[in-house]
Amino acid sequence: MLKIEHLKAAIEDKQILKGINLEIKPGEVHAIMGPNGSGKSTLASVLAGRDYYEVTGGSVSFEGKNLLEMSPEERAREGVFLAFQYPVEIPGVSTTNFIKTAVNEIRKHRGIEPLDAVGFLKMMKEKMKVVNIDQSLLSRSMNEGFSGGEKKRNEIFQMAMLEPKLAILDETDSGLDIDALRIVANGVNTYRNAGNAFLIVTHYQRLLDYIVPDFVHVLYNGRIVKSGTKELAKELEEKGYDFIRNEFAETEEA
Amino acid sequence: MTDTIQNFSDTFMQQPVGALQPFRSAALENLKQYGIPGNKHEEWKYTRINALFQQPLALGTTSALTKADLQSYRLPDAENAIELFFINGIFQIGLSYVGDEITVMPLETAHTSSFAHIVETHLGHSSKYHPDGINALNGAFVHNGVFMHVAAGKQVEQPVYIYYINDSRTEATLALPRTLLFVGANASIQVAEQHITIGNETSFSNQVTEVIVERDALVNFYIIQHDGSNANQVCTTHFRQIGKAVTNATTISLSGGLIRNNLNMVMEAEHGEAHMFGLYLLDGKTQVDNHTIVDNAMPHCFSNELYKGIMDGESTGVFNGKIFVRKDAQKTNAYQSNKNILLSDNASANTKPQLEILADDVKCSHGCTIGKLDEEAMFYLRARGIGEKTAQALLLHAFAIDILDNIKIPALRAYVDQLISKRLDFNF
Repeated sequence: MLKIEHLKAAIEDKQILKGINLEIKPGEVHAIMGPNGSGKSTLASVLAGRDYYEVTGGSVSFEGKNLLEMSPEERAREGVFLAFQYPVEIPGVSTTNFIKTAVNEIRKHRGIEPLDAVGFLKMMKEKMKVVNIDQSLLSRSMNEGFSGGEKKRNEIFQMAMLEPKLAILDETDSGLDIDALRIVANGVNTYRNAGNAFLIVTHYQRLLDYIVPDFVHVLYNGRIVKSGTKELAKELEEKGYDFIRNEFAETEEA
Repeated sequence: MTDTIQNFSDTFMQQPVGALQPFRSAALENLKQYGIPGNKHEEWKYTRINALFQQPLALGTTSALTKADLQSYRLPDAENAIELFFINGIFQIGLSYVGDEITVMPLETAHTSSFAHIVETHLGHSSKYHPDGINALNGAFVHNGVFMHVAAGKQVEQPVYIYYINDSRTEATLALPRTLLFVGANASIQVAEQHITIGNETSFSNQVTEVIVERDALVNFYIIQHDGSNANQVCTTHFRQIGKAVTNATTISLSGGLIRNNLNMVMEAEHGEAHMFGLYLLDGKTQVDNHTIVDNAMPHCFSNELYKGIMDGESTGVFNGKIFVRKDAQKTNAYQSNKNILLSDNASANTKPQLEILADDVKCSHGCTIGKLDEEAMFYLRARGIGEKTAQALLLHAFAIDILDNIKIPALRAYVDQLISKRLDFNF
């Protein structure tokens, strides 16, 4: 589904991604872990098309198409979804209208009839249950005055509504209490199936207790330095990131 | 003085205007003394109004426009409104529907009626705040203006729609509409005015509206400007609260040539309240200059201003907000905010708050921003599959919406929203 080869990205001459290789197949859940500043969020942003970063090398193909040539909206319509680390507050745009517009833009791209008000409400009601999100929240302006947990739940709610093929969760667990973490995980687990895939970017192992990954990769200094199964996440949690730093220190200046 | 104005002077001072003659003569003296302001005049720095006088302008000519011609310009739900029509600055009683909720008559008539003392006391009060040739020009040739009176305690149910129409089909026109509205104690009224130019020749409307408000009265006032690029105007709207009252004004400027809005809130009684909202959504070469004055003369008054601008093309938006807090006006609360979004490299925004505070126990604040659309918000929308154009329209509409929400006539609000949405290519 997603094939990343030798991906390099920079911001203002500072090289952040120094050659990422990663392949994700349908039905798989991959976790990317790593210390702060290793490039995790950069990878998520580059995949979603944030032009703040400049891609300086490598390639990314999504279902055989060149992802890097697509605008952010084209990527979303093709089925790539990014759950933001810091969801943006948009006063004056109702959450419901926002999501309805997004849903119908994506349906249009897929050649499906746009949802009418009734159909949309029905779909919304179903998905609301999964992430335990309240109707009153959805009638407010997008993320405006939402708590941190409400914003993250809203991200997962949008994911459920937009039904992406690949969902990238950028530190969705950060700042969540245990109840919110469970709700987010439950949203992902409900939606997880053989046809879609997840890339979960996280600093901590705790989310992976609830969303069990098929593969865990350690990103350090712009490269994936270690890959394994869920056991790797446990090892990282026990040993801390210092053991990665010590083991791979020599590559830092390379 | 330019030849154009000399010509007006020669012909128009001969008109029989009865009791208004001394008022006109005094204004003419002011006009001669001040002249038409050039761009060296501090208040007219960004608005080169004198350029409009470099061509012959026909003043207050009669027009053949009929009721049928004007049908398509009427505001929504007009069947349930009081409707007043001006053509080329002349009040058209024959085209208007006055109803029986308020008293409406030509200014000249009012001056010899039982309302004479009101006209005598209040007509021309705005000139104290605008010592310039533009305000004087309106006064010097005032003719067939309108006087409106709302009796004490009257809650006027129908909105008043005022149409200022310039017929510029055959020649460049100058209109000098004059309106005096008196709102009695504990009365309430909603007024919406729309400016319309018919024809392609240059149109210039230099309008003065004075609104006198007694204690416990409420006035909601809406100004809708969406006219052709040949349509220029100076729109002076002057509120004078002579008792504790609430006055709200919302100015929506969507298109036109050169537009200057002077909006004044003079608060002469304790505990007065004034709200001023503005939205200017501009493209092409349109220029909109909003000058506001809040004059707090007495204690415990509250005023709030929020003006928002979106400029595209080569358009220019100007906001100049003055707040005076006089020596006795303790406990004044006065707030002001101006926010601008520039969509093109050739558009510009000028913003200038001016606070003059002579009392020492007041709360006043002002703030202004000029920027582009929030890139984070744009990316967020696009990352959800919403195309760039739609995302921009959505964000701009959201930016404008809190001004729109102050229009309390539902049909009018829907109408303005429709105009804005159409301009932004926004359809949700």
